[in-house]
Amino acid sequence: MRASDAASKKKGVLAADGTPLKRSLNRALRMQKLRALMLVAPLLIFVLVTFIAPIADMLWRSVENDIVSDTLPKTTEALEDWDANGNELPGETVYRALYDDIFFAQEAKLHTRLGSRLNYELTGMSSLFRKSGRSVEDMGEVYQDQFEDLNEFWEDGENWNSFMGSDSWLSAIQSWDEDSDTAQPRFEMRDGIADMLPNTAAAYQRFADFIQLEDEDNLYDEDPWAIVYSSFYEDLTGETASQIASYSGPAAAEIKAAAEAAPDFETVDYVAAFREIDEDWHSLDVWQTIKIYSPDLTTGYFLNSVDMQKSADGAELRPEDERIYGILFWRTMVMSVAITASCILLGYPVAWILANLPSRTANLLMILVLLPFWTSLLVRTSAWKVMLQQQGVINDTLVWLGLVADADRLVLINNQTGTIIAMTHILLPFMILPMYSVMQTIQPSYLRAAKSLGATNWTAFWRVYFPQSVPGIGAGSILVFILAIGYYITPEIVGGTSGTFISNRIAYHISSSLNWGLAAALGAILLAAVLILYYAYDKIVGIDNVKLG
Amino acid sequence: MKLTKMLMASTALTVAAGMSHADGHMANEMTIVSWGGAYSNSQQKAYHEPYMEKTGVSIINDESSAEAVAKLRAMNEAGNVTWDVVDVVAADAIRLCDEGLAMEIDPEEDLAAAPDGTSAEDDFGDLLVSDCFIPQIVYSTTFGYRTDMVPEGVDAPSDVCSIFDLETYPGKRSLEKRPIANMEWALLCDGVAKDEIYDVLATEEGQDRALAKLDTIKDDVIWWSAGADTPQLLADGEIFMGSTYNGRLFSAIVEQDQPIGMLWDAQMFDLDGWIIPTGLSDERVARAKDFIKFATDTQRLADQAAYISYGPARKSSAPLVGQHAELGIDMAPHMPTDPANSENTFLYNYEFWADYRDDIDAKFQAWLVQ
Repeated sequence: MRASDAASKKKGVLAADGTPLKRSLNRALRMQKLRALMLVAPLLIFVLVTFIAPIADMLWRSVENDIVSDTLPKTTEALEDWDANGNELPGETVYRALYDDIFFAQEAKLHTRLGSRLNYELTGMSSLFRKSGRSVEDMGEVYQDQFEDLNEFWEDGENWNSFMGSDSWLSAIQSWDEDSDTAQPRFEMRDGIADMLPNTAAAYQRFADFIQLEDEDNLYDEDPWAIVYSSFYEDLTGETASQIASYSGPAAAEIKAAAEAAPDFETVDYVAAFREIDEDWHSLDVWQTIKIYSPDLTTGYFLNSVDMQKSADGAELRPEDERIYGILFWRTMVMSVAITASCILLGYPVAWILANLPSRTANLLMILVLLPFWTSLLVRTSAWKVMLQQQGVINDTLVWLGLVADADRLVLINNQTGTIIAMTHILLPFMILPMYSVMQTIQPSYLRAAKSLGATNWTAFWRVYFPQSVPGIGAGSILVFILAIGYYITPEIVGGTSGTFISNRIAYHISSSLNWGLAAALGAILLAAVLILYYAYDKIVGIDNVKLG
Repeated sequence: MKLTKMLMASTALTVAAGMSHADGHMANEMTIVSWGGAYSNSQQKAYHEPYMEKTGVSIINDESSAEAVAKLRAMNEAGNVTWDVVDVVAADAIRLCDEGLAMEIDPEEDLAAAPDGTSAEDDFGDLLVSDCFIPQIVYSTTFGYRTDMVPEGVDAPSDVCSIFDLETYPGKRSLEKRPIANMEWALLCDGVAKDEIYDVLATEEGQDRALAKLDTIKDDVIWWSAGADTPQLLADGEIFMGSTYNGRLFSAIVEQDQPIGMLWDAQMFDLDGWIIPTGLSDERVARAKDFIKFATDTQRLADQAAYISYGPARKSSAPLVGQHAELGIDMAPHMPTDPANSENTFLYNYEFWADYRDDIDAKFQAWLVQ
């Protein structure tokens, strides 16, 4: 054997089909790994798609703030030079940019979303944007009317297209059949128009994109929006107007005539016009808020989660009557500790009995632990509500026993007591089961040995039995505590106002106030708290000591 | 290899099944979202069943209206709207419309005229509070009290301010765990004139004043967040009086015969109705519109009132409101819109709450936990 091995080594080991053995082995192993990967792939994809990705997306929302710069791109740019700490309102250019931005935003119905976003920071922003969205169209119509009075040519979308669009696009859109399945040819700007009429071209491009992509209407017969006219006026009276004289493309005569008339047009004072919509457009607070929240990323939600807010001078504490998250986070932690502690106190003896009884009796008792465990969470919570209320079974019994006077029945529900009682009951099995499985592995002979060496019952328990059961306590505690801080159904039902957790606020912001950014920030803090506690636990107790079975 | 193939095939199948389910719209199905319970039941009887019979469309009920705005926003972001028609309160409808999540409806074209030819627009009148909203019912949040817990020698409460009168009417109260309605009632009972309430509430002092008034009963309040809480608490004798929707009180008093009386004073009107989400295919929009036209005609709205004590939103439906479908009692006197009941009503200011909700809610919650 050895001789032949040595001989084959010289040539390199070959498999039966003549390929080198090494490569053949690698191929087989790769196949095996691939197969193993395929087997776990469904779960991996499932976890990634349904768990990791949504969490990442949610966390991203806690700092994301594109909405301001996306909805008001020009305004935020124009605001860059404005000093938010000063006492002066922004200048005319900012108001002009605002007109532009709000005009397009209201066509896309985005201005109200921005309004609700900024309303989180400053009350009244929501209605300010809604109001402005309604009125902004009238602002530009001043120019539209004047152009249309000048020449009927400007009334018609077809005429605008004839000089704004390129020849190839024009022929394509004219021969396009609306009822056919083919897509509408995308608008193409005529060469050179953007140099001569930069503002008009930009506005027209956005108008065309909106009509073609959002509304899916035929651009060829759409009349332009008022904003195209106000941009047109600016181009005719602006720096690039000198090029008009040499222009010779389509509609040259009309454009030249318009350029001649434009300097005499009645103009719009955007600063005054916005003031007319709402006084608030001349309030420093409004502009400061827009400026502070114009970057794409914000710490605003996280500051809000710790009862702070952004102001022109940096972060500051919120007014005292609006600080709640500190209280709620602290309460969530303290109550979860209390629930975990009461679970240990109640669960330890039960687990001990279960582990030390003959298995037949233990199994019977085990049902008492498992039956509530398998009962619906909502059923158990509601049952507690009925039991604990002032006219409930427990109070009735106490009154009947004469322990409590009828007039001052105990308040056991709709407060912290209710939450602690109900949650302790609900989470108890999560404490008993790991304890039980650890205690089962503790040899009874150790206790007997200790006693035979002269230990009292207590010493034997405390010095011999208890240390061996600590991993069970650790596992149970970490399970119960982490489950507890995330609970929200039970505190919502039995907690009243003083027994609710931070998760109740998160749920409120997700489904009711729709402040998803704040909910995400609160959730991120909660997640971080769990990780820190887990880390601390690992350092102090050691996660290796946790045994679930 | 065989195993791998099977796995892949089954994965593909699951994904495909999931997708077809998420799309949820085979040719003849539509998903209608509402609030569940007795309310959905009344819609099922008055609208869904006749419509299914008439057209052969099968209607799937979803009971997610409480989270409708959040879910529609999420569906819209994901680009996959699975709901065809959604029942929401007016405030939510306004918000959905503003955000472009609900379609605009043309009452003239999309809704049925009244039998006498009155246009839908006139027939619904002021209740068309948003371009996207087709009102169905008027409901109100009002108070119920235990008749057997009224102290001897004292008249039963008839005024909304009894809620703040712990001396005459001792016992616990229940109020909704949100500032809307509670702040208004507090100011009203603190002596603010009805038409000045929102001006006062817009100021810092006004908000403090409302909270100070609520402070006087804070220790005796159980805060509810589900409409069923107050009737249950009343039935258990846990509270003396509490606020809830008038339909819940009707059911506790008339259908379950509980010793409960109710107040109509300063009832807080609100509207509930349909919206059609944006982002549906043309075919689905057409069907949703067809359903809404059918479900909001004069007769159908009057039919709903036979199952639940909420007032129909059309003027022309009022005279057609008949008797309770099972108990046979006259429903008209139990409607919030009945002239005898609506002497002192309150339609809450949607615009105000859209602006001030975040701010006042933060204060209110802080006040609750402190």
